[in-house]
Amino acid sequence: MEKRLIYADHAATTAVSEEVLQEMLPYFTQQYGNASSIYKMGRASHEALNDARARVAACLGAQANEIYFTAGGSESDNWAIKGTCDRLAAQGKKHIITSVFEHHAVLHTCEYLEKHGFEVTYLPVSAEGLINPADVEKAIREDTALVTIMYANNEIGTIQPIAEIGAICKAHKVLFHTDAVQAVGNVEIDVKAQNIDMLSLSGHKFHAPKGVGALYVRRGIILPNLVHGGGQESGRRAGTENVAGIMGMAKALEIATADISGKIAKLTPLRDKLIDGILQLPQTRLNGSREHRLCGNVNVSIVGIEGESLLLMMDYYGVCASSGSACTSGSLDPSHVLLSLGLKHEVAHGSLRLSFDRDFTEEDVDYILEIIPQVVNRLREMSPMWERMCKEGISLV
Amino acid sequence: MIYSDKVMDHFTNPRNVGEIENADGIGEVGNAKCGDIMKMYLKIDGNVITDVKFKTFGCGAAVATSSMATELIMGKSIDEALQLTNKAVMEALDGLPPVKVHCSVLAEQAIKSALWNYYEKQGIDPEPIIGKVPDCEDCH
Repeated sequence: MEKRLIYADHAATTAVSEEVLQEMLPYFTQQYGNASSIYKMGRASHEALNDARARVAACLGAQANEIYFTAGGSESDNWAIKGTCDRLAAQGKKHIITSVFEHHAVLHTCEYLEKHGFEVTYLPVSAEGLINPADVEKAIREDTALVTIMYANNEIGTIQPIAEIGAICKAHKVLFHTDAVQAVGNVEIDVKAQNIDMLSLSGHKFHAPKGVGALYVRRGIILPNLVHGGGQESGRRAGTENVAGIMGMAKALEIATADISGKIAKLTPLRDKLIDGILQLPQTRLNGSREHRLCGNVNVSIVGIEGESLLLMMDYYGVCASSGSACTSGSLDPSHVLLSLGLKHEVAHGSLRLSFDRDFTEEDVDYILEIIPQVVNRLREMSPMWERMCKEGISLV
Repeated sequence: MIYSDKVMDHFTNPRNVGEIENADGIGEVGNAKCGDIMKMYLKIDGNVITDVKFKTFGCGAAVATSSMATELIMGKSIDEALQLTNKAVMEALDGLPPVKVHCSVLAEQAIKSALWNYYEKQGIDPEPIIGKVPDCEDCH
């Protein structure tokens, strides 16, 4: 078997595409003016930003003046949540609704606010990794400042009923923020039709460089600054703009949203072949709904082995993947997302996430399906946990 | 997190993997919930460890520390094996990332646990010789 290199960790980050790089290059060495400067070169940068803002807005169904550029998804999440709560606390609104399986950029921000007198409702998710909109409605109170629910989960790729949640929030006049970092370029987003008040996105998840993102804030919502200083971004987010990165992100977003249905049509069969192939192995399970799932996400648990060993062995065969095991998270507990589905710790430790993009091929699927059984069998052969499961006929899936 | 070449070598080509039939001492430490289990088998002749095998469920460092620990006690006396510390295992592997130090502790405990079992089988109280082997919880 010939070794290959397959990058199957697109949910972690992506390569900057050639077109995006070309879009960015002039802004490093030629059009490097500060967008706040008065002379021609500065004005050119300012115009570039206006252009990028309009293009990003168009991809989301928003207006240009509703787009604020940030340094990425985490900053956007922090700004949306802290900013909203900062403002609404003055009106006595000190309650936040979120879910148990949000990204840490949201969860840890909510935990921070809890220490500052806010109350947070963490909605549960179903065994399939989906939030029930009725639970959102039930949780809304008089003093609810914000509902923040992710568009698609970063580990298991489950797509949440965002439009339904948006409609509920609108009916109850509660602000609704969504972390759409994993969803952008994978699902059709229309912030108006879906009643989204604020939306976070991150460039490097769709072939723009790292360190650039955006926050959509519906017109009429006043969000206090997170970053104070100069008058950039209409005075709402200080700091000299990352013009090259922002131009790259605009280009990348146009490419990512140009043919979403084509991407879904191409990747869904590959994803399902990969899932079905892995599930041929005994004591394996798919984590999260198959139906409401990103077309480029596979997350499975392979019982009896530990995730980090699995990743290291797969890396040996040239496959880059990720796991929610405790050993890879750097904490003692496995992924909070997998535990939120009701998985036992020992099942969550054996998890594997493969995430891919338009360039993924049938050959890639075949190669991965060829190496996984070899790697799994080898690790299971040396696993005392697997030995016991076999001897005692224990099933954990 | 970066593993040393030695850790990667012992992970990709672990030494002494398997079981020993009619082992003189078997020890198991850790648990599946924590994400690592080490099982150690010893063959002892007189006072000498003539064979040692292991099975491990765990991360790269867990496999590498078990493998290295078996190499370090193979052919050694029981006394020498009892003196093996987790530090010695780590040093032999050219170090471990800080979050993986507990894996080396587990390897040390696996040996002690197997020797505990050996003494029990001999009808000898292991505690005065080995001391207490702490639970897995203590290594976190």
